[in-house]
Amino acid sequence: MNELAQMNAVVEVGSAGEEWAFWICGTLAVIGALGLVLSRKTVHSALFVALTMINLAVLYITLGAPFLGFVQIIVYTGAVMMLFLFVLMLIGVDSSDSLIETLKGQRLAAILMVLALGVIAVAVIAIALDGTTTIGINEANAEHGGNVEGLASLMFTKYLLAMEIVAAVLITAAMGALVLAHRERWSPKRGQRELAEERADDFNRAGIHPGSLPSPGVLATSNAVGTPAILPDGSASELSIPVPLRGKKHPDIPAEPEQIAADFEEVAELSESETVREPEKLADVTGHLELDEVYPDSHNDEAGTGEFELPPAPDDEGRS
Amino acid sequence: MFGTDPFWLVLVKTVVVFIGLVVIVMLTIWFERRVVGRMQNRIGPNRAGPQGLLQTLVDGIKLALKEEIIPITAHKAVYWLAPFLSAFAAFAAFAVIPFGPTVSMFGIETQLQLADFPQSVLYLLAVASIGIYGIVLSGWASGSTYPLLGGLRSSAQMISYELAMSLSFVAVFMYAGSMSTSEIVIAQEQLWFCVLLLPSFVIYVTAMVGETNRAPFDLPEAESELVGGFHTEYSSMKFAMFFLGEYINMITVSSIATTLFLGGYLAPWPFSLIPGINEGWWTILFWFVKVVLFVFMYVWLRGTLPRYRYDQFMAFGWKVLIPFALAWVVLTAAVRAFAIEYFEDVNMLLLGVGVMLVGVFIYLVYLQIRDARRAREPEPELPSGPMNLENEGFPVPPLPGQTFEYTPRASTTVSGGTEQEEVTDG
Repeated sequence: MNELAQMNAVVEVGSAGEEWAFWICGTLAVIGALGLVLSRKTVHSALFVALTMINLAVLYITLGAPFLGFVQIIVYTGAVMMLFLFVLMLIGVDSSDSLIETLKGQRLAAILMVLALGVIAVAVIAIALDGTTTIGINEANAEHGGNVEGLASLMFTKYLLAMEIVAAVLITAAMGALVLAHRERWSPKRGQRELAEERADDFNRAGIHPGSLPSPGVLATSNAVGTPAILPDGSASELSIPVPLRGKKHPDIPAEPEQIAADFEEVAELSESETVREPEKLADVTGHLELDEVYPDSHNDEAGTGEFELPPAPDDEGRS
Repeated sequence: MFGTDPFWLVLVKTVVVFIGLVVIVMLTIWFERRVVGRMQNRIGPNRAGPQGLLQTLVDGIKLALKEEIIPITAHKAVYWLAPFLSAFAAFAAFAVIPFGPTVSMFGIETQLQLADFPQSVLYLLAVASIGIYGIVLSGWASGSTYPLLGGLRSSAQMISYELAMSLSFVAVFMYAGSMSTSEIVIAQEQLWFCVLLLPSFVIYVTAMVGETNRAPFDLPEAESELVGGFHTEYSSMKFAMFFLGEYINMITVSSIATTLFLGGYLAPWPFSLIPGINEGWWTILFWFVKVVLFVFMYVWLRGTLPRYRYDQFMAFGWKVLIPFALAWVVLTAAVRAFAIEYFEDVNMLLLGVGVMLVGVFIYLVYLQIRDARRAREPEPELPSGPMNLENEGFPVPPLPGQTFEYTPRASTTVSGGTEQEEVTDG
């Protein structure tokens, strides 16, 4: 090993740089901890925890324990907090904490318990450290030739049993979660082929449309996902709205198919008074084409109002 | 050697690495578009600058000048933070990549590397895990369904493949006896780890494609399912940050593969016989060539393979890669302990076992593909002899004098028919 392995810390312990790092990262870590408690959105809380963890990791690194610092980021910030975020995002994107106290005296009890926990923690650490002589990180590392080597030899000699017990506990917890979340499959899994055959059967038996549902509408007034598509006969298709949005009210989403159909007709009537819908003008535009060729059904426009019936459109399920 | 550079030299190195990365990203995007163009029988961008070299610059300027659209439902602060996290992590990872040995820079002996410490490979993993935050947060903060799903997918994918990736590093650590990137490179002077630890190399190369969300593992951006994935709602400069981050990540993981398995800046075999070739500035060239090889592999994969299905992809990661990596780590540890205790020659045994394992691995994958193919229904048999032109020539009626023949590869291929050829040529 060259001098690199002997080098234990990026920043010299006790130097001015370390002090600066302490004040900056310490402040940020405290801000993160306060943010965790004070922010209303759970995702923001999770982010503040990540901030605290990263700052603690930087402090570990400046204190001459780079391995601990990196493992802190990889394991806690990268894996544990990420799983937290996963759960938060999956169960509720916008859930924020309610401030109503459901248990009487909960806050007071919580404050007392935290104080008690603090006292216990300080007391236990003080007792454990009492009488221990400190030799400094450099000497502790030098004993085994480096920070990582020192940790490794401690983990696999002095604390071997403790490490094994921790590993067993973790594996038990993981197995427990697997068992609790496991669901027995009662029927064989249906693959792409089975699903396709099922759809074809449905079509044969009940005439249910085998293809995908119509996509939401893109109209002049709205293109939100809850906007129903307009069918060729001018009616709105309920099937084009995603199931959770059907029948729901939202300022941006005119979810009433009848309303959309009415709007559409209104627009159509407005545009009729202008150029495009007038049969004569249409004939001018199309030049040599006979009107009947453009609109084969226009002969039923007997009143000459420019309105004519379209052939009956297939209904929502694709049956004509 | 490290930590002794004067402050201004560190600053110079930082600026050079930063600018160099941006330039390399520009060239990579151009390279990818040109190469994938060739693979698809087209030319690719060739208008802006010589051979279209400035195309990325032009695209970048266009991107920066585009209108910025922020969704009403976005969570502003997090929405802003996410692209910066993504780009920051990508840049930061490059700090510990060694480009060359000790050289003299402005009269000071210094390593061609921004920083190094005994745990720098762990630093790479740590920074990568921060980069995932950028993706998850962008998905969440967009306040829209597709980005959320894309972000979740992406992070699940990166976390899963990070496990296999870290496991592949373990064997390297054991043989290099260090977690510092520069020492790992030096440890490969005799034999590159891609030879000695072939299974680790195969696992890493597979995992690194999953880690960077690139084809065939580009599920977070599966256009047909998720629009643009996590960056659907991002536009203008913020989108550019994600784009930049993705390409830097690609170069970073290529550099890590080079450093850990292909001997970093060391000269490849026939050249390595020349004494003193691994010294001086031009070792950067070897590093660069190796990285370009990996980037080419990325483009090649993209041009060749279709996208994986999500469940198959996760099953591959958890049920194939990770157990394989675990078994290999145990084997390596045993052989390494044996080599230290008894005799060194056992390393060659490891090499042989490694090659065999990879062979078995590839054979198993091949068996799986073959069985899946056989399980399908047999192809309908093609009729032999000339075609019935009236019915089977549909939809194109035969030209006068044209005859059709079935070819084994595609029943629609037209052959013979001189007049047909004249028509297509003209």
